[in-house]
Amino acid sequence: MFFVIAVIVLIFVVIFQIAKASEYVSILKGEEVSRKQNNKINGFLMIAFLVLGLIGVWWCNELYYDKTLLPHESASVEGKKVDEMLWVTLAVTGIVFIITQILLFWFAYKYQETDKRKPFFFPHNNKLEIIWTVVPAIALTVLVVIGLRNWFIFTGDAPKDAMVVEVTGKQFSWMFRYPGKDGVFGKKYFRLIDEAAGNNLGQVWRDTTIHVKNSRGGTRDMNFKADAHNFDDIFAAQTMYLIKGKPVKLIINARDVIHDVGLPHFRMKMDAVPGMPTTLWFTPQFTTKEMAEKTGNPNFTYEIACDQMCGNGHYSMKGTIVVVTQEQFDAWMMNQKPAYYTAFPDADPNKKVDTTAKAGAQTAQLKLK
Amino acid sequence: MDHKMIAKQFLITGMVWAIIGGLMSVLFRFQLGYPEAEFHWMKDLLGKWVNDKGQITAESYYSLVTIHGTVLVFFVLTAGLSGTFANLLIPLQVGARDMASPMLNMLSYWFFLAASLVMLSSIFVETGPFSGGWTAYPPLSALASAQPGSGVGMDLWLIAMALFVVSSLLGGLNYIATILNMRTKGMSMTRMPLTIWALFFTAILGVLSFPVLLSGFILLIFDRNFGTSFYLSDIFIATNNVGALPNEGGNAVLYQHLFWFLGHPEVYIIILPAMGMVSEVMAVNSRKPIFGYMAMIGSLFAITVLAFLVWAHHMFVTGLNPFLGSIFVLLTLLIAVPSAIKVFNWLTTIWRGSIRFTPGMLFAIGFVSLFISGGLTGIWLGNSALDIHLHDTYFVIAHFHIVMGVAGMFGMFCGIYHWYPKMYGRYMNNTMGYIHFWVTMIGAYLIFWPMHYEGLAGMPRRYYDYSQWESFKQFIELNKFISLVAMIVFAVQLLFLFNFFYSIFKGRRVRSQNPWGATTLEWTTPINPGHGNWVGEIPEVHRWAYDYGKDGQEFIPQTTPVGANETNHH
Repeated sequence: MFFVIAVIVLIFVVIFQIAKASEYVSILKGEEVSRKQNNKINGFLMIAFLVLGLIGVWWCNELYYDKTLLPHESASVEGKKVDEMLWVTLAVTGIVFIITQILLFWFAYKYQETDKRKPFFFPHNNKLEIIWTVVPAIALTVLVVIGLRNWFIFTGDAPKDAMVVEVTGKQFSWMFRYPGKDGVFGKKYFRLIDEAAGNNLGQVWRDTTIHVKNSRGGTRDMNFKADAHNFDDIFAAQTMYLIKGKPVKLIINARDVIHDVGLPHFRMKMDAVPGMPTTLWFTPQFTTKEMAEKTGNPNFTYEIACDQMCGNGHYSMKGTIVVVTQEQFDAWMMNQKPAYYTAFPDADPNKKVDTTAKAGAQTAQLKLK
Repeated sequence: MDHKMIAKQFLITGMVWAIIGGLMSVLFRFQLGYPEAEFHWMKDLLGKWVNDKGQITAESYYSLVTIHGTVLVFFVLTAGLSGTFANLLIPLQVGARDMASPMLNMLSYWFFLAASLVMLSSIFVETGPFSGGWTAYPPLSALASAQPGSGVGMDLWLIAMALFVVSSLLGGLNYIATILNMRTKGMSMTRMPLTIWALFFTAILGVLSFPVLLSGFILLIFDRNFGTSFYLSDIFIATNNVGALPNEGGNAVLYQHLFWFLGHPEVYIIILPAMGMVSEVMAVNSRKPIFGYMAMIGSLFAITVLAFLVWAHHMFVTGLNPFLGSIFVLLTLLIAVPSAIKVFNWLTTIWRGSIRFTPGMLFAIGFVSLFISGGLTGIWLGNSALDIHLHDTYFVIAHFHIVMGVAGMFGMFCGIYHWYPKMYGRYMNNTMGYIHFWVTMIGAYLIFWPMHYEGLAGMPRRYYDYSQWESFKQFIELNKFISLVAMIVFAVQLLFLFNFFYSIFKGRRVRSQNPWGATTLEWTTPINPGHGNWVGEIPEVHRWAYDYGKDGQEFIPQTTPVGANETNHH
């Protein structure tokens, strides 16, 4: 460490000495001569920066293109539209980038001060200015039209046959709820959350009365009636199963602070805001297994990345999506026990056949693999 | 109370913060590049910010990124940039002896210093400084039970920011009043240099949008301390058996609207003064008038108006009403038009010029290059459907660091090198300036260009460690490289600092009143102007600020009366 610092200090001293010396030299030579010398050096560096920079852009692409998501098709049907848009935008901005950067550094090199050069008095030209107002405006209109068409598809209603899953973020993990056989989510309320009793979402399972403090320091009673829709709701932590080819609509909640359901492989993302449910829908088009083959990565996982700063464990807030076929999904679902029955085993009508259910679960696990 | 002294105070305080903020970025880049490395010497230096193995903890990592963002955006690029150059240049370039209210001006600095001290003190409190990201979204920022940094650290953060808002309002009102009322005889609005126009629009932006931020902060203070529920609803905290909170009926997204109503104009508060100075320095050193003076003012005006109408493009994935989102897409991409006009006008300004590569000019050219690169990725992010995918990834980091962070710094360097002779009566060393420019320019691209690729892999921002993620761990080598370059670039900024302070005392003396051959009024003052700027009468202005290379003359100062035979007079 001290060695590194010593080297840095030494470099600084050398630079300082050179800088000082060149300043004395320039005073001796006269300001104008030294200015012209500096012009030559910097003019050359300008054109060198341009050439090496453009090579660098190409080289960077060679190195890292394969590590992005772009070499493989989007894992959702809708994501293909995002990728198309990305390429169109890249084409438009890429052309502008290359032209303007070349002009900038080439002009800087070409029009450096020399003895002969007379600057051209050119304060304005309306025709030119109108051209470079109108042309970008037209290009942007095209991009806006493409973008908004997709935007209204993504934010529009999910297809009618979509399955629905409720996603809830908490510090620092994900919870999922499926509506069960009746296809309806039971009611929930955040004050009923009781992790010890297995009620992670605050589902209204039983007739309950709670006492809530009011603003004047007193309490008021809140009465809840048991919601039968809750009895068959399936709860799953960390891993969400989805079906290949079937649109899915996520209803997104947060339990404590703002989180974000980030789905890079599906090109989708939506915030999870406490007290304000949001929605997101897409159609997975490859199973996890198919993606592992496509990407050549046997460990491939659809990861849910929290994309909104949510606390010190933000970086570890990972969920998993497993995309399977309809049959595999049905087999998995059949072996899920509603959270209600876990919390209240007495209410479970299948209580006695518990042992067979367990065996069934094991075979289902094997099938999935 | 002299405006030139206040400018220097702003600049030097800003530089102190730039060093602190820069050092913070070096530390967290250390973590990102070398997450496994153990550095025990850091333990001695940083105490509990480092764990027993000598690695930066997650908590301190988040504190570092949060304070880095806050101080760089507000203390360096707002106070350090427009605070410095508005104070220095407005009276000198419009021909006034001082600001409209020197007293308010001085208070503006002292409020800034108070804000600085409070922010600095927050770094040393027991529970650590605020660590929920510089945008401070509630509920995270409202609840100490959600994150330790949201305790006392956040209280201090909010107090510091409130003081800062007061400082920038006092400053802004003063700048507007001075520009409107204190121009010298003959200095009509359309004869003002573009620096003054840019600072004028910057001040308007600040005065109209900072109060909204303050209102957002006040509601947050209420939610934190007085039991209100503006932003809080339906919250259950599992840690420490806190359980369900009593708050109901608030909306966390409300804060984001209030925050970004300033937060977006803020990026123009940073970039407009830089644009103004770049325009001026480019014209002077190309020995040519700025191309399309009126179009430049028009585009500044358009950017100012649009800046107020695009804030929700930071919120495309918050569950925003899709129709509202579409309006914000349209208005956001509209900003690309005035931005394009400015870029093309700068290109035409250097076209067929006679360019002198002073360090100031180099930074001006670098600014344009960065503004193009970062501005174009704004077109990607402003288009909501594409933003869904790229939102909160490293693509965003790359975008705003290039277009606002580094470009803003380049504008600042450009201004410092160019007006240093006016501030201290000496030159900064050229050779060190050239090394500073080229290393920073190359380094900035090496750091931020590859980050676009990380973003295209969906790699999220604000992650302490990526090694557990199948989707993002492929970039560990790249992160090492970026961290290494960041450290080199930081070291070169120390060279700049050395050059700056050394030259105050030992720099080459300025011998000529007008060392760059510029037309504007500040170069008609004595080499070391005293209080009141001009000895005797304030000069009268007869022409615009850009008569370079006209009628075969190298330049014609603004104070020269119009000759009888002059062509196309402005």
